[in-house]
Amino acid sequence: MALRGDWVYENNGGTCVAIAGSDYCVVAADTRLSVGYSIYTRDYSKICKLCDSSPLFLLPSPLTASTIYQHQHNKQMSCPAMARLLSNTLYYKRFFPYYTFNILGGLDNEGKGCVYSYDAVGSYERVGYSCQGTGGALIMPVLDNQLKSPSPLLLPARDAVTPLSESEAVDLVKDVFASATERDIYTGDKLEIIVVNASGIRQEFLDLRKD
Amino acid sequence: MEWGAVSSEGKEVSTILESGSQRTLSPYVTGTSVLGLKYKDGVIMAADMGGSYGSTLRYKSVERIKPIGKHTLLGASGEISDFQEILRYLDELIIYDHMWDDGNSLGPKEVHNYLNRVMYNRRNKFNPLWNSLVVGGVKNGQKYLGMVGMIGTHYEDNHVATGFGNHLARPIMRAEWREDLTFEEAVKILEKCLLVLLYRDRSAINKFQISKITEEGVTISEPYALKTFWGFSAFQNPTKGAEGSW
Amino acid sequence: MSSIGTGYDLSVTTFSPDGRVFQIEYAAKAVDNSGTVVGIKCKDGIVLGVEKLIPSKMMLAGSNRRIHAVHRHSGMAVSGLAADGRQIVARAKSEATNYERIYGEPIPVKELADRVASYVHLCTLYWWLRPFGCGIIIGGYDRDGPQLYMVEPSGVSYRYFGAAIGKGRQAAKTEIEKLKLSELTCRQGVIEVAKIIYGVHDEAKDKAFVLELSWVCEESNRQHQKVPEDLVEAAKAAAQAALEEMDAD
Repeated sequence: MALRGDWVYENNGGTCVAIAGSDYCVVAADTRLSVGYSIYTRDYSKICKLCDSSPLFLLPSPLTASTIYQHQHNKQMSCPAMARLLSNTLYYKRFFPYYTFNILGGLDNEGKGCVYSYDAVGSYERVGYSCQGTGGALIMPVLDNQLKSPSPLLLPARDAVTPLSESEAVDLVKDVFASATERDIYTGDKLEIIVVNASGIRQEFLDLRKD
Repeated sequence: MEWGAVSSEGKEVSTILESGSQRTLSPYVTGTSVLGLKYKDGVIMAADMGGSYGSTLRYKSVERIKPIGKHTLLGASGEISDFQEILRYLDELIIYDHMWDDGNSLGPKEVHNYLNRVMYNRRNKFNPLWNSLVVGGVKNGQKYLGMVGMIGTHYEDNHVATGFGNHLARPIMRAEWREDLTFEEAVKILEKCLLVLLYRDRSAINKFQISKITEEGVTISEPYALKTFWGFSAFQNPTKGAEGSW
Repeated sequence: MSSIGTGYDLSVTTFSPDGRVFQIEYAAKAVDNSGTVVGIKCKDGIVLGVEKLIPSKMMLAGSNRRIHAVHRHSGMAVSGLAADGRQIVARAKSEATNYERIYGEPIPVKELADRVASYVHLCTLYWWLRPFGCGIIIGGYDRDGPQLYMVEPSGVSYRYFGAAIGKGRQAAKTEIEKLKLSELTCRQGVIEVAKIIYGVHDEAKDKAFVLELSWVCEESNRQHQKVPEDLVEAAKAAAQAALEEMDAD
């Protein structure tokens, strides 16, 4: 649209990471909400629970905030189904996009961890781990290095879930966020970590640098 | 960006679109920062009463904090006419709610959510309401304080401030805020913030209203001024050190 | 047509040879068979009272209300088809808010009554519409003081000191005429209205009923409100006592 001005978008910053294991999924994001050089609030949750079984919907750069769906099919929605729904939601606004970069994490129908990574207009991919947001570029190579994902070029395709245990994955997440906070001004204040496994959903917090 | 100014791309900022329909693409009469703070018994809010026309101080008695229904206070910075339009929306909302006559009433949370939707919806139509709004209130013993921006960005916090306030007043509030502040302490913090804003925000004026909302209801103070002190060394001989080469 | 005078009652757009519109009169019949609604103008405000007939004991208490708030300063009571009444109430609410949106002040009661009457009348002018089967009593308070209006299915609207519609309207009007309305306060008026409603209710013939009461007066800050619970109870007790006294005679 010709009349679109740049004022309709505002980058509120923030970073998120998700890691899928063989029987768990970790999703984490910081809680800083900012614009430019100023901080709106230090306590803004960017992780949103989408249904009981697991899937989590994540939006760093949350300007367009939450567009949330609960489904009525007489059962909770599966994570892959939610992934497609989110893709459609984003693509529906292809020519006036939601300025959000999402990661969807949860357990699939077999109970295996799954992570879906998106761009702003809905193209998505199932991966073993991912990160997005303002600190994403700082974190991604560390994850690549530590999680030793099999190359996507290998044939036959290899499963992308990471070999790490749940607690190792949580520790890694804490480390990468502490590191990203050192250099990214939009990441900091507090880290919210969600762990999904067969026994349910667990939440924990870690304080990050506030400067 | 100021009205009639030239945008960074060098294009004239236009208020008229090809279709001929008009919308606010830059504000006319604006109000500066609003401050809000939770304290022991509720929420207090403060704002000055200036209405700026660009850099001209056009109005000096603009009430920028208003009660909405029984449990909510709304403070606004930005375009004053848009704020008054918002008040009309809310009046109607409250009236229709009142006419149900079922003993229920809208609280600050509901009002905030309504405003979030209105602001975001208007930005989606490229026809924004040019305001930053502070919503505070108490209902059923629950204190509430939140903010919405022009494009619908919204959040809650224990203290909020719009515009310059976010730069100059929030750090003071962060340092001094406690859950159990008394009313007097809260007023003291706000007045300290207002004074800083008065010194450093060019469009702030020395005529304020402070308002509080508790379970008992809303009180908005009469306009009053703060005692200023211009003897700070930073204010003496302000051009010192700014001597040009000619 | 078999005889003169028949066949003229099928449409609101047909007059009978002697100049009547039967459909409107039938609509009025719907009102005449409904629970009694009374409104009085006291010296300091308006009291509205409704004999709300309860079709079933299993109905949730407080449902099917017959007195509705319109804006803050006025209210209306409905006699006749409750569903038709809600349509009129919805229109009244939108007229009231629309007026304030344009003029920045609450709608005067006269203006409200006129607009509601126009709407009711409109439905008597077209063959594809059915007249409203309900009568409306509007009570409100504006800068000209408290006012009471009644709108009938034909679309006429008059201002009254005391008005009654519904099954017991004749007896109710006789009772209202006995009151010294210019000296009565709303607090006393509530009791009188309760007495009238209880008095016209025929326990033998009618279904059970609930008394709905509202007022707009100085005491309610010129706002339309339900009458406070304790006063309603006092009024009911007084009405019951008056009834028993009558029976004893």
